[in-house]
Amino acid sequence: MWEYTDKVREHFLNPKNVGEITDADGVGEVGSLACGDALKLTFKLDDEGKIADAKFQTFGCASAIASSSALTEMVKGLTLEDAAKITNDDIAQFLGGLPKEKMHCSVMGRDALERAIADFRGESVEKVVEGNLVCQCFGVTDKEIERAVKENGLSTIEDVTSYVKAGGGCSQCHDDIQEIIDSIQGTKKPARKKPEKLTNIQKIRLIEETLDREIRPELKKDGGDIELVDVDGDRVMVNLKGACATCQASQVTLKEYVEKRLHEFVTPTLVVEEVRQ
Amino acid sequence: MKTIYLDNNATTRVAPEVVEAMIPYFGEFYGNPSSMHTFGGQVNANVQEARAKLADLLGASPDEILFTSCGTESDSTAIWAALRSQPDKRHIVTSRVEHPAVKNLGEYLAKNGYRTTFVPVDGKGRLDTDFLFKHLTEDTAIVSLMWANNETGVIFPIEELAQEIKSRGIVFHTDAVQAVGKIPIDLSKVKVDMLSLSGHKLHGPKGVGALYVRKGTRYSPFLIGGHQERGRRGGTENVASIIGLGKAAELGAAAIDEENHRVKALRDRLENALLEKIPSSMINGDPENRLPNTTSIAFEYVEGESILLMMNEHGICASSGSACTSGSLEPSHVLRAMGVPFTAAHGSIRFSLSIYNTEEEIDFIIETLPPIIERLRNMSPFWKKAGQQSA
Repeated sequence: MWEYTDKVREHFLNPKNVGEITDADGVGEVGSLACGDALKLTFKLDDEGKIADAKFQTFGCASAIASSSALTEMVKGLTLEDAAKITNDDIAQFLGGLPKEKMHCSVMGRDALERAIADFRGESVEKVVEGNLVCQCFGVTDKEIERAVKENGLSTIEDVTSYVKAGGGCSQCHDDIQEIIDSIQGTKKPARKKPEKLTNIQKIRLIEETLDREIRPELKKDGGDIELVDVDGDRVMVNLKGACATCQASQVTLKEYVEKRLHEFVTPTLVVEEVRQ
Repeated sequence: MKTIYLDNNATTRVAPEVVEAMIPYFGEFYGNPSSMHTFGGQVNANVQEARAKLADLLGASPDEILFTSCGTESDSTAIWAALRSQPDKRHIVTSRVEHPAVKNLGEYLAKNGYRTTFVPVDGKGRLDTDFLFKHLTEDTAIVSLMWANNETGVIFPIEELAQEIKSRGIVFHTDAVQAVGKIPIDLSKVKVDMLSLSGHKLHGPKGVGALYVRKGTRYSPFLIGGHQERGRRGGTENVASIIGLGKAAELGAAAIDEENHRVKALRDRLENALLEKIPSSMINGDPENRLPNTTSIAFEYVEGESILLMMNEHGICASSGSACTSGSLEPSHVLRAMGVPFTAAHGSIRFSLSIYNTEEEIDFIIETLPPIIERLRNMSPFWKKAGQQSA
């Protein structure tokens, strides 16, 4: 059972402005039967260029219907300039919030409004949905994902799926979505997302990668080096070389630096041991 | 508002007789069945009575029944038992429409050193048995197929399948969580090696299940621990729930005729009336081979969650195969495996009845649902288009 607010329930059970304006000034359609939700928004302007009337037709769940109803109420009386400023979050706020998994319903409302305005201005729909297709299952482009990540500060693939559906089907685009998130959040992430449970091969590879990328360059600055000898369960056996091999502080380096780095990038249960060869 | 409960494939009302039978075991009879003293020993005798009652319902012998915590545990136990006792075999066969308890384990195994074959079904949810038999190999450790589908109620021909699979010397497990108590099951005739069931699907309590393991089947415990269940499942018995499951089995055996006549008639009445009153609606699954209590009906061009929530306003409880109700974005894997078109899959509603449903309740749904569908369709941008196409 979803936790819908009273406002969502109200707009679902008694939606406002259901229907279609036949001589509409702008028409915006998004979604499809295959996707599980779709919205057709129509609006009519008054003499001053303000939205005099707006109507919707929606196929979808309770929050899709409520978001559509809310959207039509919100845009009435606005100029197109002001209407264009409405974000998906504004729609969700109007309804007192939506469950995270349902945020894509508010995004659908915003998208339909954008298209309806573009339609009135005679702009092509392609311009609105430009970009390269990332999610084949739900037809979501990189531009749409970038926008959702930027506007809503999303940081996980799960968030992206909740907002624009991308990644909610076959999961094959998850790496691409992660790349988009990483590039926008701009943070230096480990080369690869840590799988929750590592197989032996994955673990060994990740240890080697971390040694190469994070650890060895630091040791080399002090004239040292490190070699991976063996991995047995959580025991990581290494051989310290160069200056490290004779350094009094090498045990500290092993525990405080090498082990901590491996905990961070591989798995927190690893224990590093030195093997002298 | 009165609750009209037609979601019995999700869970069932605990029978009042079951509640009554359980209560003493939360209070005065708190003894441990493993204890040497009479106080605990008496509880053990009652657990064995429950085992016998459940064995009776299945046409099995009591020592072939072991109690678990749920249907999922029974399924996992069965599949792992077959794999661990035949370590040289690395292949399992199941179907594309299994409950997640088996489906997700099959997917997990496929990623962890095993091969899993998912047998497809046709548009009515019937198993592609040719495909199944073609994919059995020397390496196949176990075939696990559900007796009846939770979403559509479609029944697989377990008796014939068991014969064919056994003749090849392969272990055969069936997830009968939805079948037990709804259709007659006689394991003295149907030669499955293992069968899973769950208490709360047959008017018993939640938190208890059982696994039938035919005598002579190679077995390896899933929960390793004490000597309970003759060493086949460690852990102190969930006594009250086991007593409840025993009582539910006894009641279930007595009610199986009612289930297959009165409940089936109510289901048919509901189904026929809705199909007649609501245009562009259809049954999902094979109407000929179905559980007597289940109907899955697709209402085209509307979305399932909206239907459920509008019915909820009238106290009607059902469930949906739509994407939105599950939190995932795609409609149910069962309907997709059957190739149900998206127009219909998103608007599929499952009604699952029980002996507690009445004719009045069914009539109330028949009155209430058509206007809900009409209202939602009038809101849908696709309905008018579809209407124009067909006009």
